[in-house]
Amino acid sequence: MSLTLQEISRIGELAKLQMTANEQQSMLTQLNSFFDLVEQIKSVDTQGVVPLSHPYATVADVALRLRPDVVSEKNQREANQQSAPEVQKGLFLVPKVIES
Amino acid sequence: MNAIHDLSLKALCNALQTQQLSAREVALHYLDRARQHTSSQAHLASGMATTDLNKADQGSCGAFLSLNEAHTLAQADLSDQRLQTGQARALEGVPIAHKDIFVTQDFPTTAGSKILAGYRSPFDATVVRRLSDAGMVSLGKLNCDEFAMGSANENSAYGVVHNPWDMTRIAGGSSGGSAAAVAMGLTPAATGTDTGGSIRQPASFCGITGIKPTYGRASRYGMIAYASSLDQAGPMARTAEDCATLLSAMCGPDIERDSTSLDLPSEDFSAYLNNDLQGLRIGVPKEFFAKGLSDDVRQATQSALDALVRLGCQLVDIELPKTELSIPVYYILAPAEASSNLSRFDGVKFGYRTKDYKDLDEMYQKTRSEGFGPEVQRRIMVGAYVLSHGYYDAYYVQAQKIRRMISDDFQRAFSHCDVIAGPVAPTVAWKLGEKSNDPLSNYLADIFTLPASLAGLPGMSVPCGFGEGQMPVGLQLIGNYLKESQLLNVAHRYQGVSDWHLQRPGSPA
Amino acid sequence: MSSANTNASPLIEGFEVVIGFETHTQLTTQSKIFSRASTAFGAEANTQACAVDLALPGTLPVMNKTAVERAIEFGLAVGGEISERSIFARKNYFYPDLPKGYQISQFEIPVVVGGEVSFFLGDTQKTVRLVRAHLEEDAGKSLHEDFVNQSGIDLNRAGTPLLEIVTEPDMRSSAEAVAYAKELHKIVTWIGICDGNMQEGSFRCDANVSVRRPGEALGTRREIKNLNSFKFMQQAIDYEVRWQIEQILDGHKIIQATVLFNPETGETRSMRTKEDAAEYRYFPDPDLPPLEVSRAWVQEVKSRMGELPRDKAARFVSTLGLPQYDASALTQNQAMANYFEQAVSLGAQAKLVSNWMMGELSRRLNAAHLDFDSCPLSAPTLAALIVRIMDSTLSNHSAKTLLETLWDDEASQGLEASAAQTQVDKVIERLGLKQMNDTSALEGIIEQVIAANPDNVAQIKAGKDKAFNALVGQVMKASKGKANPKDVNDLLQAKLATL
Repeated sequence: MSLTLQEISRIGELAKLQMTANEQQSMLTQLNSFFDLVEQIKSVDTQGVVPLSHPYATVADVALRLRPDVVSEKNQREANQQSAPEVQKGLFLVPKVIES
Repeated sequence: MNAIHDLSLKALCNALQTQQLSAREVALHYLDRARQHTSSQAHLASGMATTDLNKADQGSCGAFLSLNEAHTLAQADLSDQRLQTGQARALEGVPIAHKDIFVTQDFPTTAGSKILAGYRSPFDATVVRRLSDAGMVSLGKLNCDEFAMGSANENSAYGVVHNPWDMTRIAGGSSGGSAAAVAMGLTPAATGTDTGGSIRQPASFCGITGIKPTYGRASRYGMIAYASSLDQAGPMARTAEDCATLLSAMCGPDIERDSTSLDLPSEDFSAYLNNDLQGLRIGVPKEFFAKGLSDDVRQATQSALDALVRLGCQLVDIELPKTELSIPVYYILAPAEASSNLSRFDGVKFGYRTKDYKDLDEMYQKTRSEGFGPEVQRRIMVGAYVLSHGYYDAYYVQAQKIRRMISDDFQRAFSHCDVIAGPVAPTVAWKLGEKSNDPLSNYLADIFTLPASLAGLPGMSVPCGFGEGQMPVGLQLIGNYLKESQLLNVAHRYQGVSDWHLQRPGSPA
Repeated sequence: MSSANTNASPLIEGFEVVIGFETHTQLTTQSKIFSRASTAFGAEANTQACAVDLALPGTLPVMNKTAVERAIEFGLAVGGEISERSIFARKNYFYPDLPKGYQISQFEIPVVVGGEVSFFLGDTQKTVRLVRAHLEEDAGKSLHEDFVNQSGIDLNRAGTPLLEIVTEPDMRSSAEAVAYAKELHKIVTWIGICDGNMQEGSFRCDANVSVRRPGEALGTRREIKNLNSFKFMQQAIDYEVRWQIEQILDGHKIIQATVLFNPETGETRSMRTKEDAAEYRYFPDPDLPPLEVSRAWVQEVKSRMGELPRDKAARFVSTLGLPQYDASALTQNQAMANYFEQAVSLGAQAKLVSNWMMGELSRRLNAAHLDFDSCPLSAPTLAALIVRIMDSTLSNHSAKTLLETLWDDEASQGLEASAAQTQVDKVIERLGLKQMNDTSALEGIIEQVIAANPDNVAQIKAGKDKAFNALVGQVMKASKGKANPKDVNDLLQAKLATL
């Protein structure tokens, strides 16, 4: 299985990672050898096997726990924003978002 | 009395409880040592220009990323008060250092990444809180592979961690800082996280003891997520006994904050430490002893198994036929989850933001490309790819299915044995730089730890000898779900008839 | 391809209009779907965005039970199937108002499957089939006004629970679409899962619109996002339909796009999309095990849900003989329906109650900005008034006078059944509104009036109806309005016939 430079570019865009042409090429090579390694899973017969999401589900049913609808988080804006890159009037500032 | 840093956690705890030592003097002692072994770029981790952490010179193994002496001593003083007024908690005044994957209010948290340089969390990780509720004193944050992605601690943005037994070698990863710190006696114990082997492998490479509990035993709240369905917190210390004490304090249901946390009563994992091992069946997977396992590791592991037989155990041959498949399965699933978990690092709400950008898209791209190291970027790319339309079924879903088959294989094996034993890694710790340009070779070395990770089973590493270059070798023990006590029992009894775990780097073996 | 509709809707320039809706309803919970921060509207920026909502490193989601219950209630209300097991999935994309870089939603297996919404468009009943309804979290908001070249992000809204309701493309006109939206709005507010406040963004509709010549395959659709008022909804769809038809007639193909409606220009415009060609890389969220909803839980919810508006309206028609129009109007909300039923239960005739409620009372309530649950005149009071009309004590005219008095009379406010009739009779007495039902007295008056108006009598004999009405008026005046108009009519005619 071989990826193409175009796919590297597209995935990079999806993942918001910027790469120079050289870096893209490098990434392509690395990912291609990686995918050579993982190709072998395709030949495994998994007919009728249910995917395993929570490991403990191997031995017991794991269901979503539901909490009561209670408000208990108080306003901690200052503490929460102490590591924010840019804040004004309590709002996180970003370059203008084109459409509303 | 031995030097403070030669004491086991248990001995240290006793000395504090009986007031032979004060929490303050213990803290000062460890802070002094920790300061010598910070990473050369620790100041970047704090987001500060320079700090006196920079005093670290050659000889530093680079284990620590941040310290906060004022806070540590304040905590120690509070512990002393409690010790003096009969209000001491179980681990009062005992220092602990945390892998920089756990968020802490009083220290910056970086996850070994530039993208979180100087980040201050407004809350503590549940595991951190549980240990401080038990009276432990936070010493500082420990170096690790960036976002826990790595097997050598060569992927940290803040410098590599050197193996205390041979500073030209890796300490292992991703909890390299934790392992090195314990091995060097910079802290009596450390927290680590294990996603694909990141507690067991560095513990093995650094000659210390570490345990990854059953998935869901310890809360993941406050543990910066790498691969959500695989990440687990665990203790790293000198002995199984120490690990048992710490594990008991760390584990417990976190119903309020972690939906994957198992709702089971807290356990005292020390309860069965001294149980007789007579008749215990130890499963030995043939796939773990195939070619590829280096002779020195094979020998040390075999000797350990012999010792267990002498303690009354029975060896049983078992099969884990999909052992090799665990590599591609893990390296599809973990990056997939990681690619999504790491999307929150976008320069908007916290963390690093690039300096020059003309629009939102450029801000995102440059922030992430500058903030994430190459291994992290690779795994994000892999993850995004295997989740994308057209590939999702062939890769992600297929991997999840094989994961179930691997887990079922273990259940089959456990019908023939009680505990599974084998090596932790195919070799001892390799030289720094040896595999840093070949990510795949790092992945291949994870072969023995990955299966238990995928199945969510508890796994331990116990020092069992030395190999090439006088480097430590670890014995891996894997238990069935919720069987941590049994693993610790086997390890503890083994440590009663061996002294590998008592060796220190720099002292004659 | 076939729709569930019974009647064909009009074609526009030979094209059939095909519309499907996706509606996001904010659920009435105190706390967010995955965190314990408040969902209250209007708080200062980022004061209701806790660590989980901000996606701070190490945070994890924990599911709100009430949000699930709301979904169950909705599923029952529309006759859908409540999935025993459903999965939360991550929808991955980058946007500043989406803190995690993914939205927790449901993809392959939603909590509600199927269902339908029926309503009347004029006299025709329409049914729109639902594909599904699923739970997900709302995003934050971006604000642009105060900043130059920047946007300010407020994450208070991030994590508010949403139920996304998706229809089949069953609608065939903008009018039908709006009628659907209004009926859906009624349902979700009636059962109380959503406050329906469209200005605050509690109920947001996206319309998927396409056109095709009859018999052809479905055309490419464009999605009009965030339609927050019924008025603009119809305008927007009409514009979009005309635009698409024009494009096709000009020989252009329709390209799939997301569009926004500008109420000022009345136009829809294609907008830059948030996502890259909809590559969301959905996968089950590993932080959330599967949601299990037992049949017992569903049964428990069902048993405490009241009668649904549609069923209630049908019952009004079948057992009370009300016209469909009245039944629909009276089941607009629970307050009105309860008021109506209470009045009827006290003996007032259904149609009369309906007329008075939709007429006099509604007019006064609207002017005072009140609802039927805070109507000054209780249902028993209205019933008492109507009972007196029914037994001819009051004429319609005097009943109106009575109402006016009662409305402002403090002693007549908020009365229970027992006190209501007594009070109403008291006021009738006090105002002397009793209709004269004694025909002998009336005959006397009529004879007097006839005697006093010989010219009218002559004109009547000559066939002039106006003169008759004038005499009726005189009799009414002489009786001080208390004469029963029907009696006046009958007796006067009888009397004149003998002359």
